[in-house]
Amino acid sequence: MTSLLNLPSHLKKDDLTALLKQMWQIRFFEEKVDEFFAKGMIHGTTHLAVGQEASAVGSIAVLEERDKITSTHRGHGHCIAKGAEVNRMMAELFGRTTGYCKGKGGSMHIADVDKGNLGANGIVGGGFAIATGAALTSQMKNEGYVVLCFFGDGASNEGSFHEALNLASIWKLPVVFICENNQYGMSGPAKEMMNIEDIAARAESYGIPGKVVDGNDVFDVMNGVSEAVDRARNGQGPSIVEAKTYRWKGHSKSDAKKYRTREEEQEWRAKDPIARLRDVLIQEGLLTDEEAAEIKAAAKKEIEDSVEFSKQSPMPTIDDLMEDIYA
Amino acid sequence: MRELTYLEAVREAMSQEMRQNEDVFILGEDIGVYGGAFGVTRGMIEEFGPERIRNTPISEAAISGTAVGAALTGMRPILELQFSDFMTIAMDNMVNQAAKIRYMYGGKGKVPMVLRTPAGSGTGAAAQHSQSLEAWMAHVPGLKVVQPSTAYDAKGLLKAAIDEDNPVIFYEHKLCYKTKSDVPEELYSIPLGQADIKREGSDVTIVATAIMVHKSLEAAVELEKEGISVEVIDPRTLVPLDTDTIIESVKKTSRLVVVHEAVKRGGFGGEIASVIAESEAFDYLDAPIKRLGGKAVPIPYNPELEKSAIPGVDDIVAAVKETLNHR
Ligand SMILES: Cc1ncc(C[n+]2csc(CCOP(=O)(O)OP(=O)(O)O)c2C)c(N)n1
Ligand SMILES: [Mg+2]
Repeated sequence: MTSLLNLPSHLKKDDLTALLKQMWQIRFFEEKVDEFFAKGMIHGTTHLAVGQEASAVGSIAVLEERDKITSTHRGHGHCIAKGAEVNRMMAELFGRTTGYCKGKGGSMHIADVDKGNLGANGIVGGGFAIATGAALTSQMKNEGYVVLCFFGDGASNEGSFHEALNLASIWKLPVVFICENNQYGMSGPAKEMMNIEDIAARAESYGIPGKVVDGNDVFDVMNGVSEAVDRARNGQGPSIVEAKTYRWKGHSKSDAKKYRTREEEQEWRAKDPIARLRDVLIQEGLLTDEEAAEIKAAAKKEIEDSVEFSKQSPMPTIDDLMEDIYA
Repeated sequence: MRELTYLEAVREAMSQEMRQNEDVFILGEDIGVYGGAFGVTRGMIEEFGPERIRNTPISEAAISGTAVGAALTGMRPILELQFSDFMTIAMDNMVNQAAKIRYMYGGKGKVPMVLRTPAGSGTGAAAQHSQSLEAWMAHVPGLKVVQPSTAYDAKGLLKAAIDEDNPVIFYEHKLCYKTKSDVPEELYSIPLGQADIKREGSDVTIVATAIMVHKSLEAAVELEKEGISVEVIDPRTLVPLDTDTIIESVKKTSRLVVVHEAVKRGGFGGEIASVIAESEAFDYLDAPIKRLGGKAVPIPYNPELEKSAIPGVDDIVAAVKETLNHR
């Protein structure tokens, strides 16, 4: 049973279908990457956000073009939502020169600085202070942009969380800290790693607002983040928005998932954020079954095309090794 | 004798030590049912329970400092730092606290802890998960630095490290984890500060560390086919460093090649070269000392670039020949 999502009245059909399409793109991108890892066609490591599509898409949907984000090791979804080209993302995973990092960064380091994506991060908690600094630029140069800082439940136990949030708070910086609480770190259950239910409750100790939203309800995410972004843009400082969600796959490629039960996984799969959005759009008469199927097929095709693009792209050569170390 | 992998040898040393010494315990991220990022502690929580196999939040500053505090007051903690790159977050506790406490306090108190951590490239994990930063730690008085290359050495050196009354940084190269060697079943200790001659030879001395020991041995086999006799020395511990064994070898062969994966600039190879330059062995040299190390570049993701960032067997073969062809 899917819940009736709280459809925001100001959204037009095009906006809504765009949300659905992005969520499908993320799902298919991740599933493709999963498949290639299993087949040994991509090497290294990767962290998939299957099941977490709504928190990425909903948060970024309320931003303006000029706004910026910092992402995490589980960042493909943020990247797609911020308007990245899936061709260049997939090419990066294939280690090709056409990839966002010219094949030098891989899954954990995709960035698109020109589009306001200041980068994924291999260091858990590495984004808190960088987002704070980007917000400082906005404030000092009066640029008007807001920074969204994505982080996980696990990351909130890094010391950098405390230091950055305090600083952002006292300087009233235009940054919104978005916790994607998927209940686990690599294996550590949030329940055992902290003695509070909501990470958003930590906001109180910095004198800033903290709000919990349903991370599998794209509209609830949008409403919560939009309020926080408005505050930030109006000079009222940072907030925490905590999206409760779940990762369907293992932490990274090799993971027997011994730290959780299959029942729990099934419970969360029933709250599939994509199916919920699709169903509500159909129930509200905003989308037909056929249209939904077309959107899904189009998203899938884009991902398949990205694989072709990647395979045809050149590998870097040894001459590229020492390029790009210094500006 | 039975064979064990390096990974199993590390686990066995910890398990056997924990069975006989109640003060020894392990703390680290995901070391419980998940078994640690590389599976080193797999099965240990089942035997020793969560009190002694302490699954921690993602808080490297807190867990390293907690290990220091526990060590100072009578425990003998083993800290598993998930990747050696995260030393940056534990650095203050290791460098400003652990390393200096005893000296600052005029010889009072001691910090018997081991920080075990996987290092090195070769897994496609890119720039923030592939570094070899051991030279940083070797620079700091008060720390001991161990870098085993074989399963046999790993077990014996880890036992010695746990018995040490000083903080020890214990580097485990990820590509060594699957290597095998004969390992005695009983617990044994290899004193810190004893190099091992991994292969005897008369024409050239190679001093190599970690995975480069294996590559140097391969190179030695290649070179033997051309009638070149190579001696391969593994210092095994950087601090304390067994200078005698290296000096004696160079006096015998009159030629020295130093190889490590860490970036050559500022790498520990410079220290070894200097030891020879300052010693009586200097007069015996028939060719300039040759250093091989990683290129001064962050480790890239693309597998070919990744390989080319560090010395390979071919590079070692070429360096040995160059040394021999001098004049
Ligand atoms: C400083 C640091 N410590 C540990 C790790 C290893 N690690 C990578 S992801 C991860 C779990 C992060 O959990 P969370 O913040 O909840 O994000 P999620 O993976 O659930 O998206 C860990 C421990 C790391 N990359 N960086
Ligand atoms: Mg998490």
